[in-house]
Amino acid sequence: MQLIFEKSVPGRGTEYLPACDVPEVSLPEGLGRKAPPKLPELSETDVSRHYTQLCQRVYGVNCGFYPLGSCTMKYNPRIDEEMAALPGFTGIHPLAPEAATQGCREVLSTAKKLLCEITGMADMTFQPAAGAHGEFTGVLLIKQYHDARGDRKRCKILVPDSAHGTNPATAAMCGYQIVNIPSGPDGCVDLEALKAALGEDTAGLMLTNPNTLGLFDRNILEITRLVHGAGGLCYYDGANLNAVMGLARPGDMGFDCVHLNLHKTFATPHGGGGPGGGAVGCKEFLKAYLPKSRLMDGGDGIQVRSFAGNFLVVVKALAYLLTLGKEGVPQAAENAVLNANYLLARLKERYTPAYEGLCMHEFVLDLSELKKETGVSALDLAKTLIDYGMHPPTMYFPLIVHEALMLEPTETESKQTLDQAAEVFLKLWDLAHEDPAYMHEAPHHAQIRRPDEVRAARNPILCQPE
Amino acid sequence: MNYPVDYKYTRSHEWLRDDGDVAIVGISDYAQDALGDVVFVNLPAVGDTVIAGESFGDVESVKAVSDLISPVTGVVCQVNTALEDAPESLNEDPYGAWIIQVEDVTDCEDLMNAEDYQAFCEQEG
Repeated sequence: MQLIFEKSVPGRGTEYLPACDVPEVSLPEGLGRKAPPKLPELSETDVSRHYTQLCQRVYGVNCGFYPLGSCTMKYNPRIDEEMAALPGFTGIHPLAPEAATQGCREVLSTAKKLLCEITGMADMTFQPAAGAHGEFTGVLLIKQYHDARGDRKRCKILVPDSAHGTNPATAAMCGYQIVNIPSGPDGCVDLEALKAALGEDTAGLMLTNPNTLGLFDRNILEITRLVHGAGGLCYYDGANLNAVMGLARPGDMGFDCVHLNLHKTFATPHGGGGPGGGAVGCKEFLKAYLPKSRLMDGGDGIQVRSFAGNFLVVVKALAYLLTLGKEGVPQAAENAVLNANYLLARLKERYTPAYEGLCMHEFVLDLSELKKETGVSALDLAKTLIDYGMHPPTMYFPLIVHEALMLEPTETESKQTLDQAAEVFLKLWDLAHEDPAYMHEAPHHAQIRRPDEVRAARNPILCQPE
Repeated sequence: MNYPVDYKYTRSHEWLRDDGDVAIVGISDYAQDALGDVVFVNLPAVGDTVIAGESFGDVESVKAVSDLISPVTGVVCQVNTALEDAPESLNEDPYGAWIIQVEDVTDCEDLMNAEDYQAFCEQEG
């Protein structure tokens, strides 16, 4: 498919801007462009077709099953989009007078109240633009806390080896050294290793519960107690909140601050690069360090983003919470866990789970035996699934499982969809034994076969050639 | 899988070759196979101190980014900067494509010989 720049024809552009009806202003010397920007010139028809073609080549959650583990690719109800499209929300300007923004302020304060209730936190900011930004903000709260007490020897953040890569990256961005905590044979935090790592230099622990293996850490109260005992704080990565929302609260588990992926857990289409919402909540004693919007909250304060963050993502989250209600939110979490366990139970006929027992909202398969027997890798299986109209699961994550495939069916899939998916997985197990060569070459029917990932990574072409 | 006998190995799959004055460090054949195609190597600089058991850089493959763990404590005296333009040499010749050379070695991890390391890798699966 051609790039939009390749479709450009000089002079074909469409003029949309009305004639200028205010006096023209010249930029100061040296700040203007020397040459006009190189924008593609196309008719409206060309542009419309180009983006429709792109859209047809995309596989989204509205196309079919999308069990991409760790990503919670659930269906986003249309009503949430409708609410976010209301002109009272889309037409507002953040600098509008306070009296004109009462509705938006009501949305922010109601959403904050409900999400604080769900997480067991005392206060919350909606400024961070997405998950990693939320983590960064949350860990800065921990840093501020220690700094304000003059406790500057705390230079280490503990991160389990099963963590999302953003956790150590966040800690490093905040200037901390990272201490990797190994998982025990049950896939959860090794308490002895945790104890050994804790000390006067511990600033805090970053943890997601359920963890990236889809396991709820039963020792969570002991873990947070140990960290607090050493003088550190506990940060909850809200990436997996979908499994416990309305059922168990990070605040009650002993966490001091959290981030939520509003876009992921609370119904904004995600995975396409934004906009997202990385709300950060904290307990009462950290409240003073939360970012403040000079405009929204008055007074001075550090901002991590302008105004109240991606406001329409908060509108969608609130609409989602209000439509599900106090009964629906935990039910969604329960169905997410039920669906994952159902699919796991069906796949266990052939596949080996990385960890025994019940899972939460997602689970990890270990395909190293299959690879040894047939040569078919997790990658080959994932690629073959594309031919069956399914989005592949997450591959090779978490890193502590070899040949990992990580499935998260989410609560919005029916039993029929799960059964169909299970049939495909079981069929491909047989195919791997019968015709591994076919699977090494898969997908056979997709628009794009196997992109050359290695060449793309080693020699990326990031600019439109002149 | 290749486990040459004149190298010593870490549990995190680096190798070390004692070259008299300097210790030479790279990654094992098992490591490059598990990583898959290496696309980027993040190297330390000459003069940097490395600490046994701690990261001195990382390798990125199409699967993941993995830390390089130093088997020794000492000072980096040479860096194989050719890897910046040809990271694939770690896949093609893992025992030839050394990563760093360390001098003034004061501490060393418990290392395995080739036979023990092979058993360790086979157990890891």
